[in-house]
Amino acid sequence: MTENENTSNDPIIICEDVHKWFDDFHVLKGITTTFKKGEKAVICGPSGSGKSTFIRTINRLEEHQRGTIIVDGIELTNDLRNINLIRQEVGMVFQQFNLFPHLSNLKNITLGPIRVRKLSKRKAEEEALALLERMGIADQAYKYPSEISGGQQQRVAIARALAMEPKIMLFDEPTSALDPEMISEVLDVMRELAHSGMTMLVVTHEMGFAREVADRVMFFDEGVVVEEAVPADFFDNPQHERTKLFISQTLQH
Amino acid sequence: MHHASNTMAQNSTKIPFWRDTRVLQVLFQILFLLGVFLLAGILYANMLKGLDNLGLNLKLDFLRNEAGFDVSDTVIEYDPSNTYLKAFIVGVLNTLRVSLLGILCATVLGLFIGISRLSTNWLVRNIAATYIEIFRNIPLLLQILFWYTVFGSLPAARESINLFDTVFINNRSIYFPSLQQTAGISSWVGYFYAAAILSVISIFVLALIFHRKQVERMEEGDDIGYFTHVTRAAKWSIVPVFFIVAIIGWFLAPESPFVLGRPELQRFNVEGGIRFSAGFISLLIALSVYTSAFIAEVVRSGIQAVSKGQREAARAVGLSTGQTLRLIILPQAVPIIIPPLTSQYLNLAKNSSLATAAGYDDLFRIGSTILTQAGKAIPVFAMVMANYLIISLTTSAAMNWYNRWVNRFNR
Amino acid sequence: MEEQADIQQIKPPTNAKGPVGWLRENLFNTWYNALLTCVALLFLYFTFKGILTWAFTEAEWNVIPANLQLFAIGPYPRDQVFRIWICLYILTGLLGLSAGIWRGIVQRWTIVVGSIFLVFLVIPFEIVPRQDSNYVSIEFRFNLIWLIFESRRWLLGNIAILIVTFFLGNRISRLRPWILGGWILSFPIIMFVLHGFGENAVHTSLWGGLMLTLILAVVGIAVSFPLGVFLALCRQSKLPAIKWVSIFYIETVRGVPLITILFMGNTLITIFIPYFTIDQVLKMMVAITLFSAAYMAENVRGGLQSIPRGQHEAAQAVGLNYVQSMLFVVLPQALRAVIPAIVGQFIALFKDTSLVSIIGLIDLLGVAKSILAEWLGRHVEVYLFIALIYFIFCFAMSKVSQEIEAELGVGKR
Repeated sequence: MTENENTSNDPIIICEDVHKWFDDFHVLKGITTTFKKGEKAVICGPSGSGKSTFIRTINRLEEHQRGTIIVDGIELTNDLRNINLIRQEVGMVFQQFNLFPHLSNLKNITLGPIRVRKLSKRKAEEEALALLERMGIADQAYKYPSEISGGQQQRVAIARALAMEPKIMLFDEPTSALDPEMISEVLDVMRELAHSGMTMLVVTHEMGFAREVADRVMFFDEGVVVEEAVPADFFDNPQHERTKLFISQTLQH
Repeated sequence: MHHASNTMAQNSTKIPFWRDTRVLQVLFQILFLLGVFLLAGILYANMLKGLDNLGLNLKLDFLRNEAGFDVSDTVIEYDPSNTYLKAFIVGVLNTLRVSLLGILCATVLGLFIGISRLSTNWLVRNIAATYIEIFRNIPLLLQILFWYTVFGSLPAARESINLFDTVFINNRSIYFPSLQQTAGISSWVGYFYAAAILSVISIFVLALIFHRKQVERMEEGDDIGYFTHVTRAAKWSIVPVFFIVAIIGWFLAPESPFVLGRPELQRFNVEGGIRFSAGFISLLIALSVYTSAFIAEVVRSGIQAVSKGQREAARAVGLSTGQTLRLIILPQAVPIIIPPLTSQYLNLAKNSSLATAAGYDDLFRIGSTILTQAGKAIPVFAMVMANYLIISLTTSAAMNWYNRWVNRFNR
Repeated sequence: MEEQADIQQIKPPTNAKGPVGWLRENLFNTWYNALLTCVALLFLYFTFKGILTWAFTEAEWNVIPANLQLFAIGPYPRDQVFRIWICLYILTGLLGLSAGIWRGIVQRWTIVVGSIFLVFLVIPFEIVPRQDSNYVSIEFRFNLIWLIFESRRWLLGNIAILIVTFFLGNRISRLRPWILGGWILSFPIIMFVLHGFGENAVHTSLWGGLMLTLILAVVGIAVSFPLGVFLALCRQSKLPAIKWVSIFYIETVRGVPLITILFMGNTLITIFIPYFTIDQVLKMMVAITLFSAAYMAENVRGGLQSIPRGQHEAAQAVGLNYVQSMLFVVLPQALRAVIPAIVGQFIALFKDTSLVSIIGLIDLLGVAKSILAEWLGRHVEVYLFIALIYFIFCFAMSKVSQEIEAELGVGKR
């Protein structure tokens, strides 16, 4: 079930001994891991464990201070060109959607393609409409973000990220700010995306989604990867005490 | 995989500098600073050359020369034979005097108007609103000129308006009674030392009594709270003790410690009392009235900023209107009000520089007098501006400190 | 069913209690409020009695109509007044187009402006002052003769332009981006038209009155806007050198009174830039702009801070660089949020321009002073009149600001 035919053996993200401090607070304490092309990894853990910070270092919204991160053969350094290249390769979806409230949904999606990929306005809009169609909200294109529901906003945000034609998608707790009845519509879209072969790193507490879609579940606590395993092993046979505690607490809810 | 990361790592040491964000940041800043310094340098060189052409320099020694001009209002003693420096200090003090008094009046007026603005009485509410709209929408300079003109149309000195023999007003000045110390002051002050000792004793006695009382009613596990007892005792003893001693001392002293020096209308002029010039008073009125309109708005919006939910919750708990205001609204409104209030105070202090229009010798006016007489434009100007800057910066520094103190729990 | 119908037919109890009920509710609901009402009434009685008695018995108002033109345009040559009308036409045209395109607040206030024009046009009398006496004769002209007065003819043209451009704007909403450019471009054009060239050039020393006041305030706000945005961005910068230079500038300017800056602009500029003499009006414009920019920067910074961090991050995540994310994502939102604050600053600046009269320019207050030098003892009348003008402008603008604020609050995008 977890074996995905899309997954190849080529690594696309390589992290080696990644450290990060906020002032004196050691958030990431040496993360070393590799993600393969087409892999779907779910990252979970208690709040403050560094899981969000970790995926934010991958498109350099946060700067790591030690170690190396290589994304699709490009190392993340202070090289301006590399940073810009990475941002085009890696799409990101935020917990609070972060749609641009002054732009219509369609313009939210076309902003990047027009300004960064230098597409023509017409071409960008065609692509955007196709993406909205795929997200099932083509009829909302000309509305503003404040006029649609949270679940729809998050789907616009996913479309916005996909419009840059990224190779990797990062999801930072994409359903945490949503009302319960809207969670499934976002998860459906993500599931569909997973089946299309996209490389995905998802920070989430949706354990059902993890079990169904993920190739690997990583458990973060206090800045280290405590445990990582395929979902079946992770949920049914956790090795560490902290993991067991976390799973039992999460599944209770 | 390991191999791949190694080759990449080697690559990373050779970022071309024009793409390295760290290098770019430093470079950008250096260029920016160079630009700023270049501009400043050109201006400075021009200034030196310009001064040279005019036969001027930047030395400050002229400050020791005789000023030679008179100043209408002074806080400290001054006459035209004093130095420029002394005249300048007189100006600084005059600015502070009108600013502080203005702040006091504007705050009282503004609080009054601001609260009236929220009255349940339709008439009061709308009078307050009209006051605010009128006075904040007319330029201050015009208001100063207006009050100065009104003052000027009052009767001349010999026909001064006499208010109950205590206040005299004419077109040049206004006279208030002054408090004058007498020989009785020293023994009266003596009683205050006694009061201090007395209150310390009474604090301890009261604290002991409070403590006894509580111990009687105490149950197991109650906090004994010595400190609470002492503060409570202090609250109940210090103020009454000082009041009683001050009143008793007044009568026991061989001579009443203060007498009221009333101004008297002479043949051509008014003598005695404290004199304020027309310029000072009209400036003070204009500054207070103008600023009070803004302060009223600050007060109103501060009180309204406390959410309706707070009011409703207070009502639900059963507090009265007065209690709600005192215990719930004000403690939350004051921290909101203080920062904009301070900026109004600063505006008032800066606006006092319009004193020129009323002929009041403040910092700016004396500065420009010195400037025309001594011809030292740049040093004098630097001094004037530095003074205003010091006033502004110290106030806003105090403000920042206060803000941090108020918000220390909200972090 | 029947019961339900009955329930639906029950009407709410009427609140109307008539004027007596209103009085009781708003003025006399408690003994305390009743007392307050009495005190307030007494206060009003004495204030109005004093003011009205003075206004109708002692005041000599003929100084106002005799100098209306001076108040409006100062000593601007009377044979060149057509230039001012041309400028007014340009502005009216732009206003009409904008009102046609944007509707909403712009349209409402355009209608207000238009009706003010109309009132001035149809007032059926001319105020004719007589220099030699204290009286003003008001001559009623009920027939159409009043149209022969020159200013009325110009005014008629103005109203015509307003109406035509309004419908034009209503039709062609494609003009939208051009209008903004038009407003910006109108600026230098107006300066040029007012100044003119060659033999008939009107030197700025002849600019004055309300016109000069408006010009100074508008220039101050318009030019300080880009400067202020730039300073605000610098102050928010992560690069310490840029940040501290901008903080130094902003705090220094905000720490000193405007009059010191005007004075510096007037006297010290000649020392710092000795190569050429600068026109005095221009000097004041520069000084006012530099002053205003510091305050503008603080307003814009407030707007920038109100934009959540996530907007920045999202812009970066779709690959925009710093300039792009500022230009397309952050600034459009931040500037929209600070429009009311900018209007507030414009009001403050409009009042503050009166300080140039201390330096010796003949703005509205300066003109008043020079009129008072001739018409002795009419200070209060003249001051009250120009106070009224300042008040009308400031009050109207603060109403506009409130409306914008309300509109932004409702359709929050």
